[in-house]
Amino acid sequence: MSKAGRQLIKKILLGCLGVAMFLGIWQLLMTVGIISQRTMSTPGQVMETFLVKLSSPDPDGATVQEHFWSSLKLAMAGFFSAILVGIPMGLVMGYYRTARRLLNPVFEIIRPIPPIAWIPIVILFLGIGMPAKVFIVFMAAFVPCVINSYTGVKQTNPVYIQAAKTMGAGHWRIFTRVCIPSAVPMVFTGIRISLGSSWSTLVAAEMLASTNGLGYMIQMGRTMIRPDTIVVGMLVIGCTGALMSILLGRVEQHIAPWRD
Amino acid sequence: MSLEGNTEIKLEHVSKTFVDKKNMSYPVLKDICLEVKKQEFLVLLGAGRTGKTVLLELISGLDGEYEGTISFAGGQLETKDMGIVFQKYALFPWKTVLENVEMNQKFRGMEKEERIAKAKGYLKLVGLEGFENHYPHQISGGMKQRTAIARAFAGESDIMLLDEPFGALDAQTRWQMEEEVLRIWEEEKRTVIFVTNNIEEAIYLGDRIVLLEGSPAMIKKEYIPDMKRPRSYTDTRFLELRNEIGDDFALVL
Repeated sequence: MSKAGRQLIKKILLGCLGVAMFLGIWQLLMTVGIISQRTMSTPGQVMETFLVKLSSPDPDGATVQEHFWSSLKLAMAGFFSAILVGIPMGLVMGYYRTARRLLNPVFEIIRPIPPIAWIPIVILFLGIGMPAKVFIVFMAAFVPCVINSYTGVKQTNPVYIQAAKTMGAGHWRIFTRVCIPSAVPMVFTGIRISLGSSWSTLVAAEMLASTNGLGYMIQMGRTMIRPDTIVVGMLVIGCTGALMSILLGRVEQHIAPWRD
Repeated sequence: MSLEGNTEIKLEHVSKTFVDKKNMSYPVLKDICLEVKKQEFLVLLGAGRTGKTVLLELISGLDGEYEGTISFAGGQLETKDMGIVFQKYALFPWKTVLENVEMNQKFRGMEKEERIAKAKGYLKLVGLEGFENHYPHQISGGMKQRTAIARAFAGESDIMLLDEPFGALDAQTRWQMEEEVLRIWEEEKRTVIFVTNNIEEAIYLGDRIVLLEGSPAMIKKEYIPDMKRPRSYTDTRFLELRNEIGDDFALVL
């Protein structure tokens, strides 16, 4: 077998071992009684609840898939609109001084406001429906998109710009053909942060103001003292986040093949 | 102003001073007068920090703030039509070798098929056939610099500026590249200004060597290595000239 193949198997085995260790310690803590059975479920119970929740809407009114899709749709809506607005805005701010001077002060004030601090005002304006949550996710994902696109363009190696100039490139060409491509790695880092941030902000928003979604599900689990439901929700949130991150890595490799 | 027939670039009393935020002045170049002939291989020789790169930036128009005049054949005071090879390659990492070379004509607005054909021709000239689809991070330093040379030549400008292009290469690759550059220049004659801090490289390559010294830098002396090419590092004339420049160089330092 090839060396790469062996490395892959080793990687998978070690990964599985890590997960097994985590589950083992969890089970052990409960068997020994360090964590009470009343406040926490065992891995087995959680798995069982997960399977039951695939078809049963109890105790919170919807199956786990319904909660999942509801959350995912909102997160994606907010995330993609943030990308569509934030990245062009950041790129333009990075290159054009006038745009930077115009937009930067407002942006600098909005930037430090934690996304969940928007929740109260948004509830007043938009209620607790879909637009409210999309907006909150948008605010969470927007900031890293802008910052990273902006920094990416600003950090363009001046030598590339000089080289393009000596080849007769004007401002627009330098912006689109030099600064934007050279910012791509930074932009992707921004997208990665945005994605994580939209997902976690959404769950926070759902916990505070919602009638469905994974955040709502775990919040209901607490109200009804159902640790198994809470943990199912948490694990679905965690696994989805990890999957999105892997997918994004694939996309990045496809779009920016020049990176090692 | 018009230049006499054979002159490609003329610098008259060119001085450059940098002023920082605290209004402190740092004179870098002082009263540089220099004429570069058409198709001449001119070497600008100087130790580190003698304003060689700054002088190239002024000539190329990348930096337009200086005293004195720089004029070109045909009497133009400004020209963008120049191929530059930078110290650190400056290849676009997001473009393949072929696309990098093609970029030069792309920015100048040439049709796609034509510019690809041209780029391939220049890659062949620098010996990089078969590496068209590699990205810069996949090839060696020498190959990167070959790509950069091909890219600069692909613009088909009459003037080529090379700013310590082999400074980052190991000695072996450096000798190879010096030969290559002469070969390419003999195949495709251009006016070349080649900047270096290496005396032997200067003697090996130059039709004429201009020594810059001091701070602010001034032209200290000119040398003409009247030896047939290819020159040998162990030739008596070569060694004499090396010692002569070396002595002047020592005084500079």
